[in-house]
Amino acid sequence: MSKVRVLVGTRKGAFVLESDGQRREWRIRGPHFGGWEIYHVKGSAIDPDRLYASQASAWFGQVIHRSDDGGETWNPVGNQFTYKGVPGTHQWYDGTPHPWEFKRVWHLEPSFTDPDILFAGVEDAALFRSADGGQTWEELPGLRGHGSGSQWAPGAGGMCLHTILLDRQNPGRMFVAISAAGAFRSEDAGNTWKPINRGLKSDYIPDSDAEVGHCVHRIAMHSSRPSVLFMQKHWDVMRSDDAGDTWVEVSGDLPSDFGFVIDVHAHEPETVYVVPIKSDSEHYPPEGKLRVYRSRTGGGEWEPLAHGLPQENCYVNVLRDAMAVDSLDPCGVYFGTTGGQVYASADGGDHWAPIVHDLPAVLSVEVQTLP
Amino acid sequence: MIRVILPSHLRMLASTDAEVKLTLDAPVTLNAVLEALERVYPMLRGTIRDHGTGARRPLLRFYACQEDLTFQSPDAPLPEAVISGVEPLRIIGAIAGG
Repeated sequence: MSKVRVLVGTRKGAFVLESDGQRREWRIRGPHFGGWEIYHVKGSAIDPDRLYASQASAWFGQVIHRSDDGGETWNPVGNQFTYKGVPGTHQWYDGTPHPWEFKRVWHLEPSFTDPDILFAGVEDAALFRSADGGQTWEELPGLRGHGSGSQWAPGAGGMCLHTILLDRQNPGRMFVAISAAGAFRSEDAGNTWKPINRGLKSDYIPDSDAEVGHCVHRIAMHSSRPSVLFMQKHWDVMRSDDAGDTWVEVSGDLPSDFGFVIDVHAHEPETVYVVPIKSDSEHYPPEGKLRVYRSRTGGGEWEPLAHGLPQENCYVNVLRDAMAVDSLDPCGVYFGTTGGQVYASADGGDHWAPIVHDLPAVLSVEVQTLP
Repeated sequence: MIRVILPSHLRMLASTDAEVKLTLDAPVTLNAVLEALERVYPMLRGTIRDHGTGARRPLLRFYACQEDLTFQSPDAPLPEAVISGVEPLRIIGAIAGG
């Protein structure tokens, strides 16, 4: 029988949640790395026992851990992230040039072809690659160096590269997203990059449809249709049918088009999930009701999914890397909150239940579907 | 024998006890102790001082013999009581909430 393993990064450690295919009874392991901020934990698609975890600390800097046994044991690997060449400057909050400084790894993305190859999205925004299981890291400098890098500026959470999407059908193609620069696409495995932000409109920048400067919170794709992208922007839910060349808004009837997470159903490429959040600055669910919204039409028309979720006095947030889906049938959907709950639905979002409800604030959620 | 007391997060990372013992040749300076520490426990590289510049991480301090050695030259000799192993060198993480 299939199993699922949910990898949870929190402000104070990592947790591994496991269940069989029924997804009713859960075994909870952790905290791993107690006290450390775990920005992201992710497993290799081709070696599910190979996991990588990003730990960041204001005191002790960046650490990367690797597990080769599905999270039972962990070993530290390389933590040296050095920008290539002279790093130069980007814009600071006050508009002045600011030197590029490595702060932390937000997102780890293992390759589909080799468990020793993985990518790291970091703050200040850059993309790094390891070909030896995380022991050593090398920047792919074409992203920062393509021309607009000096114009990028941090969002409130820092200038982070938080999304890395690899195209299973076209190994050279990858997408990244940066707050607050926008989305970018490479066709040559990360060597050169193109901004793909046409159609985005952001009233918080002087030129609302500028080539860069957009605060993209998350992008998602279905692996069977890698040219169709969905985006949760700072405001607006967007869709592209041409690999990011152009975007159209599909916020439709959402109660708020602000949010952080967005994900796609494992078997229905037009079924998309978001969690609307109230903003500016409140950053909790509208009306104190925690609701996932599902579109079965690729955006535009959305339905609230609230069964099993708190519908009064709920003021948590769901951060950008904190939603994932499994590939069982029916598809499981998972998300974590800043209140420490991890919710799961084993029926595509119709019904929800907490797996755990008192963890530290959840920063990231990933799911592995295991044989 | 130099005795170094690590903060709890670094003990966890290095899978070691609070106090580690290092053998160094003279001159015994802060830099020499940190280099020896990172040689024995390579997973600590980058956690106490920056990989590239060697600069101390801002929220860490170095104490010994009831003195704050943080701001003395990292190439200055450490106190005799540390060199002889009577007193440990303490690496301290700043106390902060959250």
